[in-house]
Amino acid sequence: MNGRLPWFAISVLVLGYLFLYSPIVSLIFYSFNESRLVTVWAGFSTKWYGALMHNDALLSGAWLSLQIAFLTASVAVVLGTLAAFALIRFGNFRGRTLFAGMVTAPLVMPEVITGLSLLLLFVAMEGVLGWPERGMMTIVIAHATFATAYVTVVVQSRLGQIDMSLEEAAMDLGARPFKVVRVITLPLIWPAMLAGWLLAFTLSFDDLVIATFTSGPGAKTLPMEVFSSVRMGVSPQINALATIFIVVVTSMVVIANQVAFRRRA
Amino acid sequence: MAVGAGGIQDKPWTDPKAQPFVRIQGVTKYFDDVAAVNGVDLNICRGEFFALLGASGCGKTTLLRMLAGFETPSAGKIFIDGVDMADIPPYRRPVNMMFQSYALFPHMTVGQNVAFGLQQEDVAKPEIAERVAEMLELVQIGELARRKPDQLSGGQRQRVALARALIKRPKLVLLDEPLGALDRKLREHTQFELVNIQEKLGMTFVIVTHDQEEAMTMASRVCVMNAGMVEQVGTPSEVYEYPNSRFVADFIGTANLFDGVVTSSTASETRVHSADLDGEIVVGGGGTAAVGATVSVMVRPEKIQVVPDGSPAPSFNTACGQVREIAYLGDMSVYHVELPSGKRIQLSRTNLLHTADTQISWDHTVRFEWHPANGILLVI
Repeated sequence: MNGRLPWFAISVLVLGYLFLYSPIVSLIFYSFNESRLVTVWAGFSTKWYGALMHNDALLSGAWLSLQIAFLTASVAVVLGTLAAFALIRFGNFRGRTLFAGMVTAPLVMPEVITGLSLLLLFVAMEGVLGWPERGMMTIVIAHATFATAYVTVVVQSRLGQIDMSLEEAAMDLGARPFKVVRVITLPLIWPAMLAGWLLAFTLSFDDLVIATFTSGPGAKTLPMEVFSSVRMGVSPQINALATIFIVVVTSMVVIANQVAFRRRA
Repeated sequence: MAVGAGGIQDKPWTDPKAQPFVRIQGVTKYFDDVAAVNGVDLNICRGEFFALLGASGCGKTTLLRMLAGFETPSAGKIFIDGVDMADIPPYRRPVNMMFQSYALFPHMTVGQNVAFGLQQEDVAKPEIAERVAEMLELVQIGELARRKPDQLSGGQRQRVALARALIKRPKLVLLDEPLGALDRKLREHTQFELVNIQEKLGMTFVIVTHDQEEAMTMASRVCVMNAGMVEQVGTPSEVYEYPNSRFVADFIGTANLFDGVVTSSTASETRVHSADLDGEIVVGGGGTAAVGATVSVMVRPEKIQVVPDGSPAPSFNTACGQVREIAYLGDMSVYHVELPSGKRIQLSRTNLLHTADTQISWDHTVRFEWHPANGILLVI
């Protein structure tokens, strides 16, 4: 309290950061390793980054994952925002409790069960309707089911904080209901929608279990690709790939924070 | 219509030929099974400053929201300027509302907030800018146009909300507890300002408030509401001096109520026997109560006089009691006097002299009286 941190607090802080970040730091460190053995240091090199650029399997997996994550996040934001509106703005309609429970159930549903049940559904549908063919589309559908739940929770909490009289005031001043949503409600909830989009994107991008269940032949997402290549021995290329993603994600978060901060000031 | 500076002096509601500007006919609003507003009939004239006064939960805000169009009456009709409002949505009513929370759009500047209403109806851009600047000057916040609402004080926010509600020059302005969030000094100052703005623009104001002082200061007429129903409508002095029920007598100001039985009733006075007082109560004016009826007589604290020691005791409207509490308010003092029957009454005296404090003190026995014209007969 008098300007000095007691040694105990400092050591807990250091240990906490070590626990959280030392694996990531060592992963980045070994991505610049000369040796092809991940755990033996043999001098500085960027050759694994070069090799990565020629690894078509990993690159196509990354491209597929990005597409899936983008589509998933976009679908989930639309559905989740609509669900949040229903929960917050439509009063205590019949079946509201059931609806709220069902929307958020995927948050606590084990992934194995979600994946397996969707696989069974897709197989049955394909048998009866001839659609959907398992691949990228089925993964997007599967990811959107649980990502929608996250978006709903994020948008719902923001929407609940907005004073309803803001919308009434806009309507009172002559704005039609659709315009009220466009010029009052959406501008006020878009930070939550953006946060929901980013969350859904991240969840979809790093999902392995559900993607494995619902994917078809020829559609291998990045986590699936990494997982199967790791089984045949870890290549430092994976470290290089992870390093690239850490840099990209960190700079995205920093930029997003900057934008949000500047808007508030 | 009589000649006058504004609507208030004209008393247009006394003219039987005048068309009311707002006509509320038998309006009832149920929430689930509870009637928030119950069979309300009201006529509000053009240019009035009309106050809906009542405790929280009495239905005054629900009535206001029905005028704005945010709630639909379960029964009854609302006419504004002769037009039935039943099928007219809020965004097409000639009505603007100032919300209790002010409801300023947080993502817009003060100027954008005020301009919002004009932008909805294709007013040319230069005209919008001109009218916004003019309106901000009127409410004395011209220099704040570029600020965001979260950079304003409570009093400044209140002005922005008022400017936004007035910018479209609506026929009817609804104000929901417009001064509720301000501190006392600012509130008193703003009350007069609000009345001046209303007279200057000649609009009809309907204000909702739970503060009777606020209603009395500003309104041309006050409507006292209780449990969803209208108790009394009248000018501030009418509802204060001539309340029509125990509820209104008690709600507006302080009332001393003496229960008793009518013993005689003539064209000029009514006599009531009450166990609380020494002699009879005499109420001036023609009585409407039948002999034998149980009634209350209401007397305001400032209309009761202390009889000086040594003066002859009056024969009616009088009693002796002991002073139990004294509330010294600076300009005046309120005395709580306990009668032999155990009933407590309040009487107040203006502190005309610095030394007035020596005259009446705790546990003194005082005799008081009031003039027959100052008693009001309330039939229970």
